[in-house]
Amino acid sequence: MTSPFNVTRIKRDFPIFQEEMRGGKRLVFLDSGATSQKPIQVMDAEREFYSKHNAAVHRGSYYLAELASEAYEGARARVAAFLAVSTSEIIFTKSATESLNLLAVSFERSAGALGIKPGDELVVSELEHHANLLPWQQLAKRTGAVLKWFEMNPDGSLDLTKIDQIITPKCKVVAITHLSNVLGSAPDIGPIIAAAHEVGAVFVLDGCQSVPHQPIDIAALDIDFLVFSGHKALGPTGVGVLWGKAHLLDQMEPFLYGGSMIETVTMTGATWADAPKKFEAGVPNMAQAVGLAAALEYLSEVGLPKIHSWEMELTAYALQGLKEIEGVTVVGPQGIDARGGVISFVIDGLHPHDVGQVMDQYGVAVRTGHHCAWPLIRKLGLTGTTRASFYLYNEMADIDIFLESVNGARDYFRNR
Amino acid sequence: MELDSLYQEVILDHYKKPHHKGVPSGNFQVHHVNPNCGDEITLSLKIKDDTIQDLVWNGVGCSISQASASIMSDLVSGKSVPEAHIALAQFTELMQSKGTIKGDEDVLEDAIALAGVSKFPARVKCALLSWMAFKDAAIQNGARL
Repeated sequence: MTSPFNVTRIKRDFPIFQEEMRGGKRLVFLDSGATSQKPIQVMDAEREFYSKHNAAVHRGSYYLAELASEAYEGARARVAAFLAVSTSEIIFTKSATESLNLLAVSFERSAGALGIKPGDELVVSELEHHANLLPWQQLAKRTGAVLKWFEMNPDGSLDLTKIDQIITPKCKVVAITHLSNVLGSAPDIGPIIAAAHEVGAVFVLDGCQSVPHQPIDIAALDIDFLVFSGHKALGPTGVGVLWGKAHLLDQMEPFLYGGSMIETVTMTGATWADAPKKFEAGVPNMAQAVGLAAALEYLSEVGLPKIHSWEMELTAYALQGLKEIEGVTVVGPQGIDARGGVISFVIDGLHPHDVGQVMDQYGVAVRTGHHCAWPLIRKLGLTGTTRASFYLYNEMADIDIFLESVNGARDYFRNR
Repeated sequence: MELDSLYQEVILDHYKKPHHKGVPSGNFQVHHVNPNCGDEITLSLKIKDDTIQDLVWNGVGCSISQASASIMSDLVSGKSVPEAHIALAQFTELMQSKGTIKGDEDVLEDAIALAGVSKFPARVKCALLSWMAFKDAAIQNGARL
């Protein structure tokens, strides 16, 4: 028997939960899908870097620069260990959004198999966050490639019945989310990855909503690229990760040009450093990378399998409670299979913005609107949803207050 | 409850039974969106004898944005362009006041009920959406605002 999940102890590591919200209410933070709160260990790691190690990495000939480089490269090694991949395959970006843009622009510039030509096909899905739609949509517009996509079923799964028509021998890139940031649904990506590889395309996994919450086995998934953001994984803002297979990174052209990413430079030309440096122009977000490493260490210590099962307990309890409230409809997957700790819902006759405003009076922080996935919301025939997303610091009591606030929102407008 | 200062009775009345909501028509239809939340409004009007006429709008959005559109339509319809200009300026100032001013009821009429919105920064754009659409439509009709 495993030890019970000690959420009370975990919560003590997060100073923000001591802050009072409107009306002196305690914070019930259910917006971790947008950004996570930070444990003191992450803040300490950043503070320690600035206090003891701060210098531009990879440059100075002095002691402090060595310490900075060690801290930064140590962070890279920590991220690599977290994902069980090679250290040289980890690229630090400023965000997952930048990681995806890096891929799209790099493919556009690259020669050979990865290069994008008119008539090539790029494949996404209707579940995607704008960050995993727009880089590919605009890449298609710039290059004359064709954007195709998997449609979404009402339960938040993907319709794979036309997979052979969507992924054809013309396909170069397939980029799909691991977990919908709106509905919490986990699409069945196995057949899509297999189909992509069958035709020689690369598969990009958007892990923003999965990597912070559940164990990921990159080798078993058989993917080619993975992106996630640091700030959704207890880490600082300003740091994201791109993982790619070494032989693919070798074939890719740089995204940004500047210091640190070169091998040689003349007035008329340049050659590039090997990955990962080739993709890290300029002085990187050093303290943030160090903070992210501390965050991943924190997650590993608590244990991602435990975090995942705790989130699913919270989700099951919240789903059950929402279904008992008359006038509330859960959008997307109704059960706890093939999903994560994200729930979207609507209340009859109420706009999500108004719902969220009343919930705020209870200290409950939720996201309202289209969640940067406007095509998905339109497909559902909605103008928006209210979304609750859970993380390791949420207690069962948070769900009780959440449900009370949903009831409160419904009644506030009904009774006036 | 602090919430009641935001959702005043008159706002909920306009939300439930919006005025001047219909099918916008004519050459100078404007379409505005609030990209933060996806709220949308389409609006048309005419200016005859320097007076705002035939203002019609349609859209989707939260109670604040819908009520504000209704209130704004009542307020500027039949007003002269300079009068509408003053109301628009005062309402914009009210929304940016963070709750420090109450608004002049003689100029803003029902719109002073939206004063509470200014204490909720995330909702100010909801309230302003229709007013900006009105401004745009009036300018396209040749008004100087």
